[in-house]
Order: sequence, then C-alpha cells, then structure tokens
Amino acid sequence: MTAVDLETRPAGVPDGTAAADLLGTSLSQLRDVVERATPVDVERVLHTRRRTLADFAVLLSPVAADRVEALARAAQATTIRRFGRTVRLFAPLYLSNECVSTCTYCGFSAGNKIARRTLAPEEVLDEARALRARGFRHVLLVSGEHARIVSKDYLVDCVRLLAPEIPSISVEVQVWDAETYRRLVDAGCEGLIVYQETYDRDTYRAVHVKGKKRNYDWRLAALDRGAEAGMRRLGLGALLGLHRDWRLEGLAMATHARALMRRWWRCEVSVSLPRLRPAAGGFEPAVPVDDRELVQLLCALRLFLPDLALSLSTREPPALRDALLKLGVTQMSAGSHTEPGGYAEASDAEPQFEVSDTRSPSEVAATLKAAGYDPVWLDTIGPRRSRL
Amino acid sequence: MATDDPLVIAGRSFASRLFLGTGKFPSNEALRTTIDACGTELVTVALRRVDPTAHEDILDAVPSDRVLLLTNTSGADDADEAVRLARLARAAGLPDWIKLEITPEPRYLLPDPVETLRAAEVLCREGFTVLPYVNADPVLCKRLEEVGCATVMPLGSWIGSNQGLRTKGALEIIVEQSLVPVVVDAGIGAPSQGAEAMELGADAVLVNTAIGTAGDPVAMGAAFKHAVAAGRQAFLAGLPAVAGGADASSPLTGFLS
Repeated sequence: MTAVDLETRPAGVPDGTAAADLLGTSLSQLRDVVERATPVDVERVLHTRRRTLADFAVLLSPVAADRVEALARAAQATTIRRFGRTVRLFAPLYLSNECVSTCTYCGFSAGNKIARRTLAPEEVLDEARALRARGFRHVLLVSGEHARIVSKDYLVDCVRLLAPEIPSISVEVQVWDAETYRRLVDAGCEGLIVYQETYDRDTYRAVHVKGKKRNYDWRLAALDRGAEAGMRRLGLGALLGLHRDWRLEGLAMATHARALMRRWWRCEVSVSLPRLRPAAGGFEPAVPVDDRELVQLLCALRLFLPDLALSLSTREPPALRDALLKLGVTQMSAGSHTEPGGYAEASDAEPQFEVSDTRSPSEVAATLKAAGYDPVWLDTIGPRRSRL
Repeated sequence: MATDDPLVIAGRSFASRLFLGTGKFPSNEALRTTIDACGTELVTVALRRVDPTAHEDILDAVPSDRVLLLTNTSGADDADEAVRLARLARAAGLPDWIKLEITPEPRYLLPDPVETLRAAEVLCREGFTVLPYVNADPVLCKRLEEVGCATVMPLGSWIGSNQGLRTKGALEIIVEQSLVPVVVDAGIGAPSQGAEAMELGADAVLVNTAIGTAGDPVAMGAAFKHAVAAGRQAFLAGLPAVAGGADASSPLTGFLS
C-alpha cells in the first residue's frame, strides 16, 4: 500500500443530510435539460411563479442567455420585493495564511514560497476593532488549513474574544466535525461558510493535490454538521473557472442550496459566486466565466430561490459590483484585505488572492446610497445556543 | 378623520390606524419622510437592526416625540430568544411595547404558534405590552388574548408577498371574536387591500414592503393613509350586505296583496 494523504474518514455522506440529497440528484439529467431548452421553455419559466430545479436548468441554458435582460428584470423585481433596496456589508478577517493543503488555485497553497503569518488572538482583536471602527458589525474569520497552527482551540479562542464586540461572527476555515462547530457556536459564532470549490469530483481531485481537503464527501457534508451544531447562517459556493462547465456548477449549487433550505429550515442560506483570480503560485483560471455568464447564473439563482442570500466579494471590479448589486446581490464585502493583518496596520503577509475592488468601506457605502440602496451594517440577533 | 375615533391599545390612543414597518427602505431619509407623509403614530423596528454605536442608526429616522416605537423580535427562532430580545430592548431604555415575532423559518417568515404563545405568557407576566404576530388562527388569537396580549396581529398573507387578504375568512372570525384590537399584519400590498382589511372590521393595519419598496415610498405612504382612513370610515358607516342576486319583486308572496 502506498502512503495515503487522504483523510482517514470513510467516503460517503450521512443519510438525512443536504449533502446526501445533492448526491442523490441526477445533475446529468438536469444538464440535459439545459441543452434541450427551447425559447418557448424559457418564456414559460420566466412567467411562472414557482420554479423547479428543471426550470432553473432552463434559465441556465444557452437559449436563456439570449434573454438575459428579461432575466435581469425579473431578478431585480424579485430581489426588491424580498430584500428591499438593502445590502448587508461584511468584512473578511484573515487569521492565518498557513496551510498544509496543496490546492493549485490558492495563494496559500502549501508549496508556495510566501510570507506566512498567523495572528495572535490579541492581534485578531485589534483587527476586529479596526473593522468595527470602519462600521463593520458582520465579520467573517478566514484562514488557511493548518490543524495545528490554526487549531480548534485557537479558533474558539478568537471567536470568544471577538464576540463581545462583534455582533455577527462567521467562519470560513478548514472543515471540522460537529463537535467543533458546536464549540464555535457556543463561543459566539453564527455563520459557517464552506465552498466546495468545485462540485465535479474529478476536477476536485485534480486541483486538491495534497492534504485533508482531498476528501470531497467530508467537505460536502460540513454545512450539515454546522447546521446540526446550531449555525444560523450557512454559505456555499464554487470557484467559477475551476471546472470547465460553469452550468454544471450552477446546477450543483442550486441543488445544494435548496437541499440545505429544506433540511435546515431554520437557517439562512447564502451562495457566493467567486470567479477565480490570479494568485501566488502562478495560477491562472483555465476556463474563465465571463460577465454575461455570471449575470445569467446570478439571475437564475435569484429566480429559482427568491429568498437566497447572494454574496459578492471584492474579487470583482467596482463597475461590475455596482451593476450586479441591482440584479440580486444582497451582501457584499468591502475594503477587504485578504492577508492576515492589514486592517489595524500594514501587513507584508501574502494575500490569498488579488482584490479587484479597492474602494474603502465608506466609499462603497456612499456608492450604494447613491444607487438608492441602504447599506446595512448590522442585521443579527447573535448566535444561537448550540443544539447538540 | 380619526381624532373622534381613536384606536386604543393598552390605554394609549392612536389617531392613525396605519402602523409602519421599517425594513426594506432605501435610506433613513426616505423612512423619515415616509413616516411624516403617512401620518403613522406607531412604527416597528427590528432590534437586530438597532445599533446606538453606529454613525447612523435606524432609530434616528423615528421621531420618538410623536411616534411610538414598537420594538420587534424579528430573527428570533424560539420563545427564549424572543424573550431575551425583549429584555434587551427594555434594558436599552426602549419602550416596553414589543411586537412579538417568532419566525424560525427565514423564507416565508411564518410565525411559530407554539413558541409565540409561550413567549407571550412570559412577556405579559413581566409587564411588557405584547403585540404578537400570528397566523390567522382564531383559536390562537383567543389564547393570546387570555394571556394578556394587548392586540393580536394576524397575517393577511405571508410577509412581503403583497398578496392581500388571502386569509380573509379566518380574519373575519378573528375580528368577530376578539376582545382586543385586531391589527392585520403582513401581505398587504396595495392601498385597496389596506382599505379592505379596515372594511371587514380590523382595528388597524401594519404595512411595510408595499411602502418601503414602492417607486416612491413617500407618495405610497400617503396613499395608504387615505385608504386606511376610507376603509375605517366605510366600516363605521355600515357596509350594505352583499346580495346574492337581483331582488326586484316578490315573486312568492305577491298574491297576498
């Protein structure tokens, strides 16, 4: 037997989870619907009130791309009815760029010769205070995957330290078991974000070269474990551009989001649509998703799941962010630093990816107001008591 | 019109029977101007949005000298969370009036009847003035009345749907049976629907999405003001019964003359 770098956990996902629901759905059949959709189908789906997964597939089709303006109008009206003219603002706070996983697309990847840094909990608090001074009340803690340096205890300590000052704390870190999520919830964490990166198993294995992250199923069921532990908000996403077929990723994301909403009916579910950016290690996205395709995907998600929170990061340039805002985006980061440290004072650590929208939070807020949207800095009642 | 027909809730009089929710407005300024234009005297604000430490807070838009602030427990999953939020509001010096919202499912925001009744019992006992948001369930409304709620607030249809009074039959029973004011909350998407709720005997309506997301929230607020007043006036005037068909002659008893 060769030495394995796979997680020792068994493959497969537990029954009764959104992950199992997703794996039980035939995405290839839905992909066929995408291919076979006709203009008549598109008109029918545009004018129907409740849409099925097959309807979503129609909205993702190449023929629907010709009707992108109609999609956008319907998506805008749906978003305003459900969310009003409001956008929630949040900031990522990078804890560490240490990482033991080798992932071809990520600047933090283990093999990259970059300046590594992990903030001490007190430094994390300084960063949080700097964000608070800029207006943020929703903070997302992000880190690379290093179970020893960025350990469970470290994460729990960070959350506990920030909780008295930051009303809404979410985490986007390596995936953990339910018990660790329970500890995070008890410490004051209310949201869990886990991007599957790509829902295509072959691509997943190809880009996750080494490390625990290679276990697709363990990652896929992480949001279920978080919800079980009491996380109030669940966020998923795929890195657009990683797999050659963005439509298949879209189908998987929509299926996963709907399954989470049904299984964990008390949770708010959000989807992010990050397009890959150049990163350390020389990564360039192989199959870029263009603006028109991004708009189609975003509008189709909004029309399929009217209550889905849609998140947009500073990966995208200002003009595009301002335009997408009106189509269905409901939460945005602003003024982001994607390296550990950098809010309280300048940092020379390596960023995860290049930020494209470099406007300050107050500039972004002013732009929102000028567009007739209310920037919402606070919208939470805080974490749940854990349910495990 | 309303000065000689005040609405009285827990001993406090309201000249306007239009209550306003504050979500979804494009700006604090739009909210402030709309409050003026629609004449409301009761505005509900989610505690989850209140941040006294912020540069600009939603409470800044509410003129507390002439408008009663009704804090709501939006976001609460269960009775314990709602009770915690109400106590937080009281500790922050906000009025003791609580709009009790327990909506564990964040998509249709439908209220949990079991948890709502549990929380209402606790809050009424602790001296809060409790206005619970509920499904249009006549028995639940009587139970909430019994534990001491100041009003009941049944939904017309689900929040933000603008679908009007889909629960009309149940609302009529609630109006018929209630000893406390009935405020139709949620789903009212047009001034005509607000008028319809008042015509069937509701004591007030609470509107948010239809005003907050209108092309011109201020003008829509004014339109609701007039519609709610008109509906109330029609109710007081006594609407004629709707006849099942023409009733021109006496075909069965004409021979008697």
